[in-house]
Amino acid sequence: MEVTEAVAIDHGLKKEEFSKICELLKRTPNLTELAIFSAMWNEHCSYKSSRKHLKKMHTKGKQVIQGPGENAGVIDIGDDDAIVFKIESHNHPSFIEPYQGAATGVGGIMRDVFTMGARPIANLNSIHFGSPQHKKTRNLLRGVVKGIGGYGNCIGVPTIAGQTTFDESYNGNILVNAMTLGLVNKNKIFYSKAAGLDKPVIYVGSKTGRDGIHGASMASATFDDKIEEKKPTVQVGDPFTEKLLLEACLELMADNSIIAIQDMGAAGLTSSSVEMASKGNLGIELNLSEVPCREEKMTPYEIMLSESQERMLIVLEKGKEEHAKKIFDKWNLDFAVIGKTTNSKKIELIFDNKKVAEIPIDLLAENAPIYDRPWKKTKLPQKLKFDKDEFKSLKLSDCLKKILSNSNISDKKWIWDQYDHTVMGDTIQKPGGDAGVVRVHGSNKAVAAAVDSSALYCFSHPLTGGKQIVCESYRNLISVGAKPIAITNCLNFGNPEKEKNMGEFVECVEGITEASKYLDFPVVSGNVSFYNETKDKGIKPTPTIGGVGLISDYQQMLTMDFKTEGNLVYVIGKTDGHLDQSIFARELLNEKKGPPPTVNLFNEKNIGETVLDLSRKNLIVSCHDVSLGGILTAVSKMCIKGKKGIKINALKGLTNKYQYFFGEDQARYIIEIPKASLKKVIEILNKYSVHFDDLGIIDGNSIKYNADINLPIEELADAHKYWLKKYMDS
Amino acid sequence: MRSSVIIFPGSNCDRDMDVALKKFGFKNQMVWHNDQSIPKSDLIVLPGGFSYGDYLRCGSIASKSKIIKSVIDFANSGGLVLGICNGFQILTETGLLKGILQQNKFLNFICSNVYIKVKDKQNKYFKDLKKDVLELHIAHNEGNYFCSDDELKSLEDNNQIAVTYCGEDGTENETTNPNGAIKNIAGIFNKNKNVLGMMPHPERMIDKYLSGEDGSLFFKNILDNFK
Repeated sequence: MEVTEAVAIDHGLKKEEFSKICELLKRTPNLTELAIFSAMWNEHCSYKSSRKHLKKMHTKGKQVIQGPGENAGVIDIGDDDAIVFKIESHNHPSFIEPYQGAATGVGGIMRDVFTMGARPIANLNSIHFGSPQHKKTRNLLRGVVKGIGGYGNCIGVPTIAGQTTFDESYNGNILVNAMTLGLVNKNKIFYSKAAGLDKPVIYVGSKTGRDGIHGASMASATFDDKIEEKKPTVQVGDPFTEKLLLEACLELMADNSIIAIQDMGAAGLTSSSVEMASKGNLGIELNLSEVPCREEKMTPYEIMLSESQERMLIVLEKGKEEHAKKIFDKWNLDFAVIGKTTNSKKIELIFDNKKVAEIPIDLLAENAPIYDRPWKKTKLPQKLKFDKDEFKSLKLSDCLKKILSNSNISDKKWIWDQYDHTVMGDTIQKPGGDAGVVRVHGSNKAVAAAVDSSALYCFSHPLTGGKQIVCESYRNLISVGAKPIAITNCLNFGNPEKEKNMGEFVECVEGITEASKYLDFPVVSGNVSFYNETKDKGIKPTPTIGGVGLISDYQQMLTMDFKTEGNLVYVIGKTDGHLDQSIFARELLNEKKGPPPTVNLFNEKNIGETVLDLSRKNLIVSCHDVSLGGILTAVSKMCIKGKKGIKINALKGLTNKYQYFFGEDQARYIIEIPKASLKKVIEILNKYSVHFDDLGIIDGNSIKYNADINLPIEELADAHKYWLKKYMDS
Repeated sequence: MRSSVIIFPGSNCDRDMDVALKKFGFKNQMVWHNDQSIPKSDLIVLPGGFSYGDYLRCGSIASKSKIIKSVIDFANSGGLVLGICNGFQILTETGLLKGILQQNKFLNFICSNVYIKVKDKQNKYFKDLKKDVLELHIAHNEGNYFCSDDELKSLEDNNQIAVTYCGEDGTENETTNPNGAIKNIAGIFNKNKNVLGMMPHPERMIDKYLSGEDGSLFFKNILDNFK
């Protein structure tokens, strides 16, 4: 086929980009070369719209071993242990084919982690669907959950936490973000930078098939009516092979045979080979006739673009080929020497003894286009003036039940029951808490992880929203007794070519950066997913934050369930009663305007450190952060989980009980204090100058407040626990 | 007591089982599926996971693997063979245990704590066990035990039903049956009661920070009965 501008456009390249390619090459590329450019220059691989802004992120810290730019980020957790982690999106494929899309998302992120020499120890996911009433939602949810479970369960890595939301802006574009944490000795981390000339380049894992061709380009475009036709661009996962690949790679990594290793993810063999050569400032020569293929007569074009799963590219020390082959033979995996490193600084492809492509590496990597796209600031919406007389017709207990059974608040047990969350025998906090916690095998340490996003806040005011999610992640980790260390982020946005969407991206990143800097909670890895848009309708901006923290003695872990009758319950942090953008405003007043709650970073840090101090001194026995749904929602969850009631005090000086109970002000926690510890707790709260309210006492089997609320916990549990199951069964 | 845990490609509870056995004092060894023979053992464990990807049918490819002949010989000579989850599926595929494990009734993978009732204590696994109801953990997609009427009758007549799903108080009924298994069956013995297959994972319940500690009782009891 002759390569023309039209062919280039078919490959997702812009007109100007095609002229730039011809200019840089000083000739017209052939079809295989064009395919390589299109794979490397698309948004998904090149970060061409986001790069400029991502550079500003806060990525350094005392415990950061590896920041963004590698397969995953790495943090130091002491005693030579390091945690490797990253979150990644698989949004586009999951909408087209939910089971395989979600499954390969999980497979891909686990490969990113074990590529660095780490054994995966925990998975998390953040998944977002359209309105529950939308006709596709139920099937998409079912397929995604089965896909995540199907892959993670088979590999034998526990899924320890997650987040699920519903919003009509995801009707045409669901979000599937998967996160993995792995454990590695910090002196045995593997990187993707090739080094040394004439070193053998090894292909291992599954054979290459025709699945997933153009996957990365598909993920760099918006959807239209013809998305069904894109099914072949979705990869097909085989978790069994990945399990073998994991074990084989870790076995080979036990010695010093590997110079560099990179998994074949988006844009398969193309991006893995280019990235390794580019990082090592080398050239690479690949003989495509040696690539193990699943199907007959595959062309160089197909081999280079295939996104078949469960494959790795390795630059090996010379002379180690036989040793490596033995290991992969043991695990019944394909192994082939397919090329070598060179000093040409080019990627050169041979097929049937003919050279079929030759491109200088820097044209694909450093010279990839970078755009400074125009963007628009979002003004802070005006604060609403609620008519408080209108509240009076609402009964507090009815409001509470309605909020607890709201699709975004209700219990998601139906989902995580389908994920193996206990395999590996170290899960000490299961899904359903503020964060999942796994022990570092054989030690006293434990690692906590949580995923969070707040699309409503980010949509209303991206800058505040960006800050808020980082703070929420920070609070979730502190609530389980963990010291927050670092984050990974998955930035899900609409079309960057639209000023509004680009503005949402820029300002969310700004917010994330500001908060992570202030809280010393650096970003060590992540990914950007743009073009979450169908027929001109984009998603609400949904940056997802995956936070990781450390509990140095796992016996100090906290959970949210109320423990003992007679213990006191305090709210830490001040409640002003911010109702704009709250669940209460949406669900009971049908009011969707107004600004998100203000984020005060000083308070977040100070109050967070206070709670952590209390937990380290063993003065509190349960803890939960106050977020969506406010104080009463948070307290109800603690009651339901602990199967205990609470008698809430007649609160003095309350301006408005609805605002107090359902307001979504930030930087607040609810803690349970044994009476004997109260004096010490108050001393510490005063030392940190932290505001606190004496909310009540754990008592009986119902929530009681004045004459307003007297609800048995069982009734609340019914409202909270079964919405999703009923929805899925209906 | 010497034990061996067989690792098949795709096994994923092998390490957990190794950790549990060693914790309670078993001298455990790991055995690769392609090995010719099994080291001298008093107990062989087939661990949970997805042997050979569970392709074709759960456990079926593993039941034809190289090592399995040694396992069958060991079982037939009276040795203790314990199959957990995928291990149970493998044991039914080899014919050492009767019946099959089909997909869960509600078609979903289930990961959850369950209560099981110990139905027979005249065997080396449960003899003198202090409790009648244990809290253990299940994690499976194909745990719905089924067998023919004749097979069920013979299981019942010979007291080969080892454990059944029940409530905290021991009640066995439809609501305490997580996967639709016939007669709430969670585990069975062979006729000589030296081979035990069960879906629940005792190795995931071995300290108080995990889902519970009843798995510890199970392992300690095997050791006590061996003395």
